[in-house]
Amino acid sequence: MIPEIGQFALILAFVTAIYQFSVPMYGAWRGDSRLMAVAPPAALLQFGLIALSFTCLTMSYIASDFSVQNVFQNSHSDKPLIYKISGVWGNHEGSMLLWVMVLALFGSAVAAFGGNLPPSLKARVIAVQGSISVAFLSFILLTSNPFNRLDPAPIEGQGLNPILQDPALAIHPPLLYCGYVGLSIAFSFAVAALIEGKVDAAWARWVRPWTLAAWMCLTAGIMLGSWWAYYELGWGGWWFWDPVENASFMPWLIATALLHSAIVVEKRNALKVWTILLAILAFSLSLVGTFLVRSGVLTSVHAFAVDPARGVYVLGILCVFIGGALALYAWRAPTIKTGGLFAPISREGALVVNNLLLTAACAAVFIGTLYPLVLESITGDKISVGPPYFNLTFGPLILPLLLLVPLGPLLSWKRADMWAASQRLWAAALVAVVVGVAAMAWQWRGPWLAPFGAALGAWMIAASIQEMVARTKFRSVPLNVAWARLKGLPGAAWGMMIAHAGVGVMVIGVVGITAWKQEIVTVMKPGDVMQVGSRSVTFLGESPISGPNYSADRGRFSISSGGNKVSEIWSEKRVFKPSNQPTTEVGIEPFIDGDLYVVLGDRAPDNARTIRFYFHPLVWMIWLGTALMFLGGCCSLFDRRYRVGAPKKAKAPIIQPAE
Amino acid sequence: MLRRLALAVVFVLTTLPAALAVQPDEILSDPELEARARVLSAQMRCLVCQNQSIDDSDAPLAKDLRVLIRERLVKGESNAQVVDYLVSRYGEFVLLKPRFNARTLLLWGGPFAILLIGSLVIFLRRRKGSGLAVPEQALSADEQARLDDILKSKE
Repeated sequence: MIPEIGQFALILAFVTAIYQFSVPMYGAWRGDSRLMAVAPPAALLQFGLIALSFTCLTMSYIASDFSVQNVFQNSHSDKPLIYKISGVWGNHEGSMLLWVMVLALFGSAVAAFGGNLPPSLKARVIAVQGSISVAFLSFILLTSNPFNRLDPAPIEGQGLNPILQDPALAIHPPLLYCGYVGLSIAFSFAVAALIEGKVDAAWARWVRPWTLAAWMCLTAGIMLGSWWAYYELGWGGWWFWDPVENASFMPWLIATALLHSAIVVEKRNALKVWTILLAILAFSLSLVGTFLVRSGVLTSVHAFAVDPARGVYVLGILCVFIGGALALYAWRAPTIKTGGLFAPISREGALVVNNLLLTAACAAVFIGTLYPLVLESITGDKISVGPPYFNLTFGPLILPLLLLVPLGPLLSWKRADMWAASQRLWAAALVAVVVGVAAMAWQWRGPWLAPFGAALGAWMIAASIQEMVARTKFRSVPLNVAWARLKGLPGAAWGMMIAHAGVGVMVIGVVGITAWKQEIVTVMKPGDVMQVGSRSVTFLGESPISGPNYSADRGRFSISSGGNKVSEIWSEKRVFKPSNQPTTEVGIEPFIDGDLYVVLGDRAPDNARTIRFYFHPLVWMIWLGTALMFLGGCCSLFDRRYRVGAPKKAKAPIIQPAE
Repeated sequence: MLRRLALAVVFVLTTLPAALAVQPDEILSDPELEARARVLSAQMRCLVCQNQSIDDSDAPLAKDLRVLIRERLVKGESNAQVVDYLVSRYGEFVLLKPRFNARTLLLWGGPFAILLIGSLVIFLRRRKGSGLAVPEQALSADEQARLDDILKSKE
């Protein structure tokens, strides 16, 4: 009964979405306020129905109702509750349902909180959201129904892939989808603005917080995925330039560019046409990502050809929305008036450079990800594009951007003095040089780029701190005044400084793990000792243990530094029921200079084990840096100007006689 | 049928977590050769995996290739010779860093071309906008009148 309710609610949601798309769009065209007014309730209803449907599927998972095909294929009655729930989105059908639920959530958020939007803009934004829902709900209903039943019902399910049974991976997809799909709001605003033919500061103030929220979710989602790969896949890789990763990274890059260009629209009324294009591109890349991941085209072009229904459908959606939006752009964008002239050396100019480099870097990722697919389908030639390609193209494009980050905020709007701005950065430059030299002295082996990278990171961190000090006039005013100034800084300023410093912290972490990683592969018997960097690790022995749905061998290790025992860690080789799939749980001990990473390998003769030790220097800085970027987004999101009077309707000034 | 079977095999292999890679018995005693072997194997694709280098993969084929690379290096071959041999055996597909040729021209040149075209567009548009920042347009008569009104009323 419950799956049927879910199925029925999903069909109703589809019908509601058609209504949500067509009626307000027509109403806005006719200028009929009654027709436009149906948009918010329709959006809320659509969300309610999809949420009901999602709840039904979740209940089937919790109850282990194996008569539902999707539950049978992806769940098992022995699984812990959290993985029964995360199993809902651990498969194609369920994750698409989550996708449309997040989409409807964002649409209903506009409906609920968009009270001060101009009515026609609001109606059009919600209508465009509705049209995306129509496309994806029909996709689910026609090709990927999660509520299909099995008769007779099997007694036990087939289980969820054990490497997906992990807390970080349980919340990784919802976060990532909030990011992907959150960009749909920027897309809908861009399309609505193109239809209206009007883009102004109020529009930018509306779009920016939504983009920021989506960007934050995307940042957190990507970081969790990366962290998971780091501790789960067993050798400490944290980024692989895998197509699935690239699928999430491309929208992130463009969303980052969009965040910056929207500032120019808001403050200076310039770059409007470009910002609209970025808003369209950001969500288009989310759709491309959905296509790449969901169509099977990545496993192999042939897998796509074997079962083309889904792939072709998503490809169709992709063409309609991207093609439609770009056609609308080509038609309407020339009518949008641009304003706000500026000199090349200015804050606007710096943000243009930021956008150019981010877009080119995104193009490198895009071309590298899709080139093999396109080449194979056109010529039949198979090539591989891997990390070396991305290091050689993405790297040179992103490095100048990172180098210029500290300079941008120091340039003034409209016209700036580059020399004066760079003079203000002498302290940060000094710190960077010192850090670079120190890095060379500490680890002179490794590539020459490494000390430069460390200096680059330090440069960004120091410049952010210097900027904060300068803004509070810390050195020329009493401490309490400086403190008051510090507290009084707008959220956006805090956000920028924290996020930019976060990028610097992350750069240092990336340098640490890429350039200075240590690896030891050896065979050990219980009692053997191995020196890893400055610490020694003793293999204590192994013992069999059993978990809720797996059995494992656990190897225990004790770490000591300078003769004193510091801690004890373990690593396991697990075999999961019911698939007998083996996985490895690594042992990680975090230290301030990096992670000690131990992996239990295969059995060797004489009761011995192959054991791998890694030392990953400064890897915590990658996670800290991303967390700082997220935090910076938070600060910026709570800036007063997004709440106080920002998107109020522009009124002709009423001149009051002075008393 | 055979293709389906191959796909099924690929699927099973790719769902296995890659934990192991280089085994202790594979490691060469000469650290310099071993370092070269590691660099080379990080640039070779594991042919039965999804986007993994043979250095990272624990698939049997990846192990065979790692051993093969080491054997060739021990024989005294240069890095380029080893790469050429692998390409002659497995095709360009084995290279994670595709060679620069007519077919990969767009791949290698594309990102930088976009940077160049972008810069050019910006430069040309700026030229059209008559160089340096034009002063903002003067106020229209209406606006001037309203400004005067406001200023007067404040006095």
